[in-house]
Amino acid sequence: MATTSTMHPSAGPVLGSRSFFARLRDGDEIARLITFLFAATVVLITLLIVFELWQGSVLPRHKFGFNFFRTSTWDPNFDQFGALPFIFGTLVTSTVALLIAVPLGIGAAIFLAELAPARLSDALEFFIDLLAAVPSVIYGVLGIFIVVPIMRDVIQPALKSTLGFLPLFQGPAFGIGMLTAGLVLSIMVIPYIISVSREVLLSVPRDQREAALALGATRWESTWKVVVPFARTGIMGSIFLALARALGETMAVTMVIGNTPKIAASLFSPGDSIASVIANQFTEATGDLYTQSLIELGLVLFLLTFILNGLARLLIVLTSQRGASHA
Amino acid sequence: MTIKMNAQLRWRKFVSNFMLTMTGVCALISVSVLFFILGYLVYHGGASINWDFFTKLPAPVGESGGGMANAILGSAKLLLLATLIGVPIGFFGAVYLAEFSGSTVAFVVRYAADLLNGVPSIVIGIFAYAVAVHPFGHFSTYAGGFALGIMMIPITLRSTEEFLLGVPRSLREGAMALGASKWRTIATVIVPAAYRGILTAILLAFARVAGETAPLLFTALGNRYWSNGFNEPTASLPVMVYNYAISPFDDWHRQAWAAGLVLLGLILVINIIARAVLARGIAIPRS
Repeated sequence: MATTSTMHPSAGPVLGSRSFFARLRDGDEIARLITFLFAATVVLITLLIVFELWQGSVLPRHKFGFNFFRTSTWDPNFDQFGALPFIFGTLVTSTVALLIAVPLGIGAAIFLAELAPARLSDALEFFIDLLAAVPSVIYGVLGIFIVVPIMRDVIQPALKSTLGFLPLFQGPAFGIGMLTAGLVLSIMVIPYIISVSREVLLSVPRDQREAALALGATRWESTWKVVVPFARTGIMGSIFLALARALGETMAVTMVIGNTPKIAASLFSPGDSIASVIANQFTEATGDLYTQSLIELGLVLFLLTFILNGLARLLIVLTSQRGASHA
Repeated sequence: MTIKMNAQLRWRKFVSNFMLTMTGVCALISVSVLFFILGYLVYHGGASINWDFFTKLPAPVGESGGGMANAILGSAKLLLLATLIGVPIGFFGAVYLAEFSGSTVAFVVRYAADLLNGVPSIVIGIFAYAVAVHPFGHFSTYAGGFALGIMMIPITLRSTEEFLLGVPRSLREGAMALGASKWRTIATVIVPAAYRGILTAILLAFARVAGETAPLLFTALGNRYWSNGFNEPTASLPVMVYNYAISPFDDWHRQAWAAGLVLLGLILVINIIARAVLARGIAIPRS
């Protein structure tokens, strides 16, 4: 029996011409089917998430419709659910985060990609990767015990005495609030901006730099006026990626934002974000409408991050293709 | 004329040096954050870690002392479940993408995985609640492990696929030329050739979910006692850190620092091991 295959040379593997049954016998079709089922599970889970979020938020969608996004009363006792304060809080904290993180992150990425010797750049990138691995709740702990006291006693009074004429920096300095949440968020998203921007900057073809330097540009001019514009779509991608992270970030924000659903002009005032209200109220929500309103907030968050991540990936791919086609 | 040129040139050089120095400062600030975090955790947490922390249950509210033994075991159970769910789906899915699939199916699966990777962890928590808590009427370790497992899938899948695709064509063709069937080629040549990369991918996915808190809040919930089996709510280190940090008690704050230090130490060590495993093997394929 063992010699059967030598007696029939046609049964041996002839590339490209093996029949379905031959492949089935070899186990290839079974392996394909099994691995396919696992791959299909990934798609299935993703679809199921969308379905569950949509299905789980039927009640508030029917009852409030678009008013869910336009009203700012969040009162579970009277079944009034308006998401505006949370959307406001999410947008404000994310904006503050980007205002701090974008200049710092891009500056650091320029240093890593353009200035630092390869070995130093790789070593620093290693630390940046570790920073990206620090869990959100740890940032929250440092936020509560270290950042909040510093904000309350040093930074907020200083801002008040210098820029206090702006409504943004008025009111009592609690330490907790939108500004602190934005600051903690910025620290959390900087690693994403640095890593992706560095990759994108490194993909800019060498001749771009050399041409600028040959024309008499200083090193900074070649970087800022030639390399960075060349990579700008990819850098925008890294910013969108960071924004998507900032919008969905839960624990650290929940721990320092103050958890008060109100809209105030001052950045010092406590607020609430979409993610933080879900984290705080989901387990104690009583009644279907309350729970489903929180799920609808989850749906909003899902859609926002979905759109931003899609845009980010598109921009990053476009830039690296441009670098590749140019070289 | 030359004097004016020189002044302009000097100014441009000054701007150049100044701005380049500033980028260095940006890099320094960003990296130093890591050392601030580590320093504070070691300073505050190191003083609070003792034997009790690893061996005792949490003390009743109001009493000082006690430990987090149940949370450590709870985290281990949750991560075991997560690995059992996330690694097979991610790994075999990646094998399908790298070795079997046509381009259309591959695009759909990759897209779904990237989408899944971008879903905020709190939304994964809502999903796990809807699927694994609500229908059964109680919080459980299963539900928490399920939520974490889902988060492991896309990370494992995307990196594993990259490492499989990074295996040189010649190895594949060599095995095929010897008459091996496709699945034999995969099992005995391709996967072994990429195993360091795959191990790294799994370790990084593990480290990523080990610190996740949000998806556990309303799936595994929490527990001040031991949790029997997998069907009861369980304590976990990240959720303990959160609950203790926002509590009003000084003694709990102390323990939150200690738990944070243990958690971060674990995660950083796994990260460093993962990178060390990779560094000794094949080069990283760049996406």
